[in-house]
Amino acid sequence: MQDAFVAFDRVQKSYDGETLVVKDLNLHIGKGEFLTMLGPSGSGKTTCLMMLAGFETATHGEITLDGKPINNIPPHKRGIGMVFQNYALFPHMTVAENLAFPLEVRKIGKSEREEKVLRALDMVQMGDFGGRRPAQLSGGQQQRIALARALVFEPELVLMDEPLGALDKQLRETMQFEITNLAHRLGITVVYVTHDQTEALTMSDRVAVFDDGRIQQLAAPDTLYEEPQNSFVAQFIGENNTLSGRVTRIDGDICEVTLDDGEVIDAVPVNVSAVGDRTLVSIRPERVEMNKDRLAPDAHTLKAEVAEFIYMGDIYRTRLRVAGRDDFIVKTRNAPDQRRLKPGEQIEIGWRPQDCRALDA
Amino acid sequence: MDHKLPPYATTGQRIWFYGFRVLCGLIFFFLMAPILTIIPLSFNAEDFFTFTPGMLAFEPEAYSLKHYVDFFTNPDWQQALRNSVLIAPMATLLAVSLGTLAAIGLSQSHVPFKGTIMAIMISPMIVPLIISAAGMYFFYSRVGLQGTYWGVVLAHAALGIPFVIITVTATLVGFDRSLTRAAASLGANPVTTFFRIQMPLILPGVISGGLFAFITSFDEVVVVIFVGSAGQQTLPWQMFTGLREQISPTILAVATILVVISILLLSVVEILRRRSERLRGMSPG
Repeated sequence: MQDAFVAFDRVQKSYDGETLVVKDLNLHIGKGEFLTMLGPSGSGKTTCLMMLAGFETATHGEITLDGKPINNIPPHKRGIGMVFQNYALFPHMTVAENLAFPLEVRKIGKSEREEKVLRALDMVQMGDFGGRRPAQLSGGQQQRIALARALVFEPELVLMDEPLGALDKQLRETMQFEITNLAHRLGITVVYVTHDQTEALTMSDRVAVFDDGRIQQLAAPDTLYEEPQNSFVAQFIGENNTLSGRVTRIDGDICEVTLDDGEVIDAVPVNVSAVGDRTLVSIRPERVEMNKDRLAPDAHTLKAEVAEFIYMGDIYRTRLRVAGRDDFIVKTRNAPDQRRLKPGEQIEIGWRPQDCRALDA
Repeated sequence: MDHKLPPYATTGQRIWFYGFRVLCGLIFFFLMAPILTIIPLSFNAEDFFTFTPGMLAFEPEAYSLKHYVDFFTNPDWQQALRNSVLIAPMATLLAVSLGTLAAIGLSQSHVPFKGTIMAIMISPMIVPLIISAAGMYFFYSRVGLQGTYWGVVLAHAALGIPFVIITVTATLVGFDRSLTRAAASLGANPVTTFFRIQMPLILPGVISGGLFAFITSFDEVVVVIFVGSAGQQTLPWQMFTGLREQISPTILAVATILVVISILLLSVVEILRRRSERLRGMSPG
C-alpha cells in the first residue's frame, strides 16, 4: 500500500538483546481504518502498540506515521491519542480538567478549551459529568471519559490498549458499538489491541492475528473466520474442530485427506504442499451437516457417535466421537425440524469440501 | 476494634487478655510520663524543677507564665530561636528537593545498583549521629563550611534526606505509571508531566517527609555543636547549654513549646497520610 497512514517496516523488538518479542513486523494501516491487533498474551501485540505510541523503541526497523519516520520523536510530540486498559484518568483532577489537560499543554485559549471539552463530553453522552472526579464514576463512565480525553485534541490516530477489558459483558457490547460508530463518524484511524476475538471480529475493518511475535494472518473479519490461513488462526478465532491425517491426493483446489483411523475426507488445501504431508483439517461447528439429504450424493461422510447433547436455547451443541476423537462439536440452530440427539446414537456427518480446510499440522 | 473475650477462652487466655492490656498501659505510661510531667512544671512560679506543695494543692499563685516570659525576652533564647527558624526551613527545603528527586530516580526500573545507592542515601539515619557529626566536622573544616550557616544547613539536610526518600518512595510504590504515559500521549513534556501529574499525587509523601526533615533539624543538637559555631546556636543547643550552665526552668517552657509544635506537625502528617490514602483509593485499578 503506497498511501499507508501508519507503516511498520521490518520492525523487530527485543527487551533483553537476545529473544525477539516482535519478529520482522510489516504492517500497513490505511487512513481511517479500524485495525485490531489480536493475539494471546505475550504474542507481541501490546509491544507493537507501545512502539507506535513511543513508549518502547524498536530494536530494528522503521515505523512511519503519515509518511514521516517517528522512531526519534518522543511520545508527547507524536500527537497520537491513547486509551489505556485501566483508563489512566488523573485522579486529582475533575473530568473537565482531565479533558482540558491536552488542550492546556497545547496552549489553546480558555474559551475554545471549554467549548471543545463540552463537545467531547457530549460526544460520549457525559455532558453533565464535567465537575465530577474520576473516583465518583462507574467503570463504564470512566471508560467514556478516557475515550473523550483521547479524542478531545482531535488526533488523527488513536490507540486503544484493551480498553474494554475491565467492563462486564453487556457494557462491553454497548461500548464496542459506540467506539466503532464514533471512529467511523470522526474518520479517525484506530489501532485497537485485544485478546477478545469477538471484540476483534465485531469492531474491526481488518484484524491482525499475532502469535509468537509475528502476524499470522491479516484480513477482514469474515475472511479471517471463514478462510484461516493456518492452524493457529483457525484455533484462535472462533470455535473449531480439528482432525489430523495425511494428504493422500492433491487435485487442484481440492485434496483428499486420509484421517488417522483410515477414513477419507475431501478438503481445501491451504498450506499443505505435497502428498504425504501431515495435516490438521479444520471444520467450523456450524458447517457440519448431520442431515444426509442436504449433502451432495458423492460427499464423503464419517461415522459418529453422540457423546453429549447440550441445549443452549438458540442453538443445540452436540459433542460427537469422530475418527478417534471425542471433542468434535456440532452446532445446529434450534429449528422446528431439528431433532434432539441422545447420547449413544450412531449418526453420519458430512460437510461441503470447501468448508473443510487442510492446514499445517 | 471490638475485641471481646470469647466464651470458650481458657484461664491462660483470660490472664493473657487482661495482662496484655496492663502491659500496653505501662508502655504508654513509660513513653508519655516524662513528656507530660514537664508541661505543668513549666508553669512553676518558683525556679525549681520539682512540684512545689502549692502546685500540688492547685493554688493559683503557685503557677505562673514567668518562664515563658523569660523565653520570649531573654536575648540568648531569642537568638537561638531565630537561628533555629533560619536553619530548619532551609535544611528542609534542600532535603525535600534532593530527597524527592532521589526517590523518583531510584523508582525507575533501569537504574543500576539501586539497593546500594539507596543504602548510602539513608545511611545518615542508621549511622550513630556522633560519628556523622565527627565526620562532617573534619570534612566541613577542610572545605571551609565549618562554623557557617550553610554548613549547618547542609549537615541538617543530609540528616533529613533519608526521611524524604523513605516517605516519597512509599508513595511512589502506589503510583500508577500509566498516568505519566497518559500525560505524554496527551502532549505533555516530561517537566509538565512531573509538575502537573506526578507531583500533586506524591505530594502527601513529599510533605510528610519534609515535616520529618524539619523536626529532625529543629530538634538536632549533636551535629550542630560539631558543625556550627556560636553564631549558629540553635534552640536545642541553647537548651543543652542552659542545662549545664544555669539550671533554669525556662528550658521546661521551651520544651513545652517544642512538644506543642511537634504535636501540631505530626497531626498535619496524619491528615496528609489520610488524604493520600483517599487519593490512592481514587486511582482505578
